[in-house]
Amino acid sequence: MTTPTIDESPPLRLRPPRHAVDPRAVGWWSVQLGLWIAVPVVTLGVLGLLIPPARLWLLVPAGILAALGVLATVALPRLWFRHHRWEVTDEAVYTRTGWFFQEWRVAPLSRIQTVDTVRGPLEQRFGLATLTVTTASAKGAVKVEGLDAETAATLSADLTAATQATPEDAT
Amino acid sequence: MDRRAFLAGGTYTALPAAGAALITAYWVTVGTSVGVALAWVLPAFVVVTAVGAASGEWMWRVTRYRVDAERFHVHTGVVFRKRLALRRERIRSVDLTADPVLRVLGAVTVRVGTGEHAGAEGTVTLWPVRRASAEALRATLLAHAARPGGAEAGDGALARFDPGWIRFAPLSFLTPALGAAAAGGTLQVAEWFGMQERVIGTVGSWFGLAPVLLVSLALAVGLIVVGGVATVALWVEAWWNHTLDRQADGTLHVRRGLLTTRSISLEESRLRGLEVVEPLAARLAGGARVDAVATGLATGEEDKAESRTLLPTAPKQLADQVAAKVLREPVASPTAAVLTPHPVAARGRRLRWALATVLVTEAVVVLLGVLLTPVLLHAAWISALVLVPVAVLLALDAYRALGHTLTGSPVGTGGPAGGYLVARSGTVRRATVALQRRGIVGWTVRRSWFQRRAGLVTVVATTAAGSGAYTVRDAGEADGLALADAAVPGLLRPFLVGDQEATALRG
Repeated sequence: MTTPTIDESPPLRLRPPRHAVDPRAVGWWSVQLGLWIAVPVVTLGVLGLLIPPARLWLLVPAGILAALGVLATVALPRLWFRHHRWEVTDEAVYTRTGWFFQEWRVAPLSRIQTVDTVRGPLEQRFGLATLTVTTASAKGAVKVEGLDAETAATLSADLTAATQATPEDAT
Repeated sequence: MDRRAFLAGGTYTALPAAGAALITAYWVTVGTSVGVALAWVLPAFVVVTAVGAASGEWMWRVTRYRVDAERFHVHTGVVFRKRLALRRERIRSVDLTADPVLRVLGAVTVRVGTGEHAGAEGTVTLWPVRRASAEALRATLLAHAARPGGAEAGDGALARFDPGWIRFAPLSFLTPALGAAAAGGTLQVAEWFGMQERVIGTVGSWFGLAPVLLVSLALAVGLIVVGGVATVALWVEAWWNHTLDRQADGTLHVRRGLLTTRSISLEESRLRGLEVVEPLAARLAGGARVDAVATGLATGEEDKAESRTLLPTAPKQLADQVAAKVLREPVASPTAAVLTPHPVAARGRRLRWALATVLVTEAVVVLLGVLLTPVLLHAAWISALVLVPVAVLLALDAYRALGHTLTGSPVGTGGPAGGYLVARSGTVRRATVALQRRGIVGWTVRRSWFQRRAGLVTVVATTAAGSGAYTVRDAGEADGLALADAAVPGLLRPFLVGDQEATALRG
């Protein structure tokens, strides 16, 4: 039986993955967030102009939402850019995401089942792609957003080749 | 396939048709006379039953199955012809169920599953099949599961049914739910016969007999008793004569059921661990159940949860013994191992969450009280007096539940399964999971901003089995990472910095 106990310093922690995502991801995230916020703001604003009795009750929330939205659109993508990192070694895929809810994910190459790259319409504009690596676990997918499209394609090919080298069932 | 399909199809349609006929006949009789009612209802009943029987017969005629060296072929479908060929090595489960009608006819329903995640696509149902043919089919299809040295594998019964387990049955959320359903059902049936108002009137008149509080209490107790009886009845139907045994071909085999018998096989090679689950009420009574953590079990099906359960709620000690036997652990089950507790900061988090939940609830009540009626303000402080201690108790209990450890040694050098990651959490549903360390296919480490301040992390082992991920909640940061590192040597190591030497010794 092993009972891990750590009492000396420095304490054990996860190091950041080696690579940052593509700087264009900041623009992509900003546009994405902006669109998300714009939908309710515009809806509330238009309704406020059309319905005079409720104007105050519609325009004030619209204004607050818009202000928060601008703040988020400016701040969050930059925070994310600092915290979203990735790395692929000979053994595993390793990512770190999130700022408020941080998440590190590790998937060993030997257990990888599928490797996909996806490019949404916005991502295509920014020349970006999202790489998704799934394992046999329904909850174990590792996703790298905001990769340069070419990097993602190369990575995908490399990972696919590495995965085929391990013939087992991967469950 | 079997000609019993004709009889089975007929019976299945006859029973609900008879119910509908009874209600219709009642209404027609009210309007006219018994003779007219019968003249209307009987021919319709006969036609419906005949159609049911004919469709059963037809299903039998169009459905064929065949097993060859590589594949299991099924041809079926009346309107849409369907041809399926399942690769035999993909077949994970062959379950037999027989409801009372089929049992009388000596037939069963066979469900063959490939364990693909795509829901119903990976599952083929054959209905009805003669019991002997079904048993033979199961033996054939699961033959590839046979382990070398199968003779020692067939060590017989791992658990036998004990009627004493019934005492845990009513300790379920089903009891109040079924009680409420019984009340609703009574009103519905009364409505069919036009007597709903009379029922409501009768119950309403009871409130005149005694103080309102007493009558309400009596009604609630009555419903709970009805719900309890119904829950026990359901439990007995599902679990009567439960046996769990290990067959010579290396499959775990669960047989159970009073009226509908179910026979569920699970290849041992698919087993990645076990979960010992203690729902709050059962835990207070000293009970626990054992669920399998296995790959390729039926997903997205109505009986998903039940098909995982190897042992229904039974005394905790027995549950641990059964777990040890299922996992072939000679000494004790990993689920009964002594666990490393989590830092005190985790207790603070639980207390804050519990109190915040109460606070939000009370704030809503108080707000409504200020806006609407002062009665709610009294309700708020009275309920707070009850809820705050309950919340604190649950939070402390949740903290006591937290724990983790590793058993066995790393892959390959340990026992038959190479050791387990054991993690426990939960208060309303306390679950202790023992997950094979070689079944772990990745790690996710989570940390919210609050957890970072408290020095805690949540470590999630992802796996192909069961729910796909098993969580060690709120472990100390270094402790949790060391656990993950030691559980699967080499996987997390390249990404760790800090006290490498201390962990290297443990590797």
